[in-house]
Amino acid sequence: MIEIKNLCKNYDGVTVVDDLNLKINKGEVLGFLGPNGAGKSTTMKMVTGFIEPSSGEVNVKNLTIKENPMEVKKLIGYLPEGAPQYGEMIVKDFLSFIAKIRGIEKNKMNAAITSVIDNLSLHDVVNKRLEHLSKGFKRRVGIAQAIIHDPEILIMDEPTDGLDPNQKYDVRELIKKISKNKTIVISTHILEEVEAVCTRAAIISKGKLLFNDTPKKLKESGDGNLDDIFRTITMGSSS
Amino acid sequence: MNNISIIFKRELSSYFSTPIAYVFLVIFLLLSGSLTFYMGGFYERGQADLLPFFSFHPWLYLFLVPAISMKLWAEERKSGTIELILTLPVSITEVVIGKFLAAWFFIVLALVLTFPIWITVNYLGSPDNGAILSGYLGSLLMSGGFLAIGSCMSSITQNQVIAFIISVVVCFIFLLSGTNLVLDFFNTWLPQGAVDAIASLSFLSHFSSLSKGVIDIRDFIYYFSLIGIWLYINIELVNMKKGG
Repeated sequence: MIEIKNLCKNYDGVTVVDDLNLKINKGEVLGFLGPNGAGKSTTMKMVTGFIEPSSGEVNVKNLTIKENPMEVKKLIGYLPEGAPQYGEMIVKDFLSFIAKIRGIEKNKMNAAITSVIDNLSLHDVVNKRLEHLSKGFKRRVGIAQAIIHDPEILIMDEPTDGLDPNQKYDVRELIKKISKNKTIVISTHILEEVEAVCTRAAIISKGKLLFNDTPKKLKESGDGNLDDIFRTITMGSSS
Repeated sequence: MNNISIIFKRELSSYFSTPIAYVFLVIFLLLSGSLTFYMGGFYERGQADLLPFFSFHPWLYLFLVPAISMKLWAEERKSGTIELILTLPVSITEVVIGKFLAAWFFIVLALVLTFPIWITVNYLGSPDNGAILSGYLGSLLMSGGFLAIGSCMSSITQNQVIAFIISVVVCFIFLLSGTNLVLDFFNTWLPQGAVDAIASLSFLSHFSSLSKGVIDIRDFIYYFSLIGIWLYINIELVNMKKGG
């Protein structure tokens, strides 16, 4: 579904993503892990077509972003880092704006909006301005806009950041529920999240892929404590 | 085309969901009215036309248009929504045009709301309404020029204040490029042809004939190519700088 080939990104001579190769299949939920500044967000920005790679390429359903940017963008639902939104907009107007741009037909528009409002429990805030929402609600609206068009591919940069434990649980359940026919990539700092929802874990540090296997294998590769394993893998690369 | 109209509507409604729209409209109407009557000598001239009204438009636009345009792209970059909008299935060109048209439409609204002055001059005398229409058209085209510059400048920074100041400066240069102040500076070291070319870029000279009721196709071509060129640079800048 998604194929990342020899992907590199340099900013002013600094290599942020270094020769990354990764294949993500349909039905998989990939947990994208790594310390801050490891290149997770940059990789996601390249997969979603926001920035261009310095070299290498990303294929989505055998389409390259370079040649078919519109087609690829249609296939993807994306929650950017920090869930940016137009603060002055009202939640339901924002969702309907996204739905229109996503090309959802008029007669399906209301159903699509209602469905994401239900899925993310946004009922209480639909008439509120985005800038007045709490961090948790903001994040949920961000997820709502990413899944509103029922995309085949869902890419979320820290979807549970800022959520309380109950909300985190709800979002994980939602991801599990919708993951069947989708390809999902989430980046996270929370290792338990990988265990809870992901079918595969990829760890990168300094732009390099260091681990790419099931969460179970990840756990078995050390003494069973995910934090320690994470530290061993990512710190090992710097020394 | 559909995407442009979706962007257009969102932008336009965002003006009205913040105080910007109302502040702008009130200030524009107050200033354009009071300047016409007090400084323009609307009554003393004893002529039924709107020349004093239009003559202040370039100077009003110099500050007010960059105030509208400064947020167009700077805010998208500051708040990170640029990443949201550019990963949706729209092209940068569609977003640039949609945003530009929304801001331009807003200025149309401000111009339409100056209708009491048109009623006044028709009540007091019998003006040449064709010339007044031509003046409005000229004013609208000129505002588009200012706006395209402002939109472009807004895309080079994420700081709205910087976008505002640079826009005012660039607009000021375009405004004055036909005057001796600017031409004398270039006269000393540029060939005459180049100096004439700079003079022909002036907002003022292309506006003055229209404001007097002289419709010249060259003025239209001038303003539309100006808008086209700045928006083209705008698109390229957004594309170049979106990630960093």
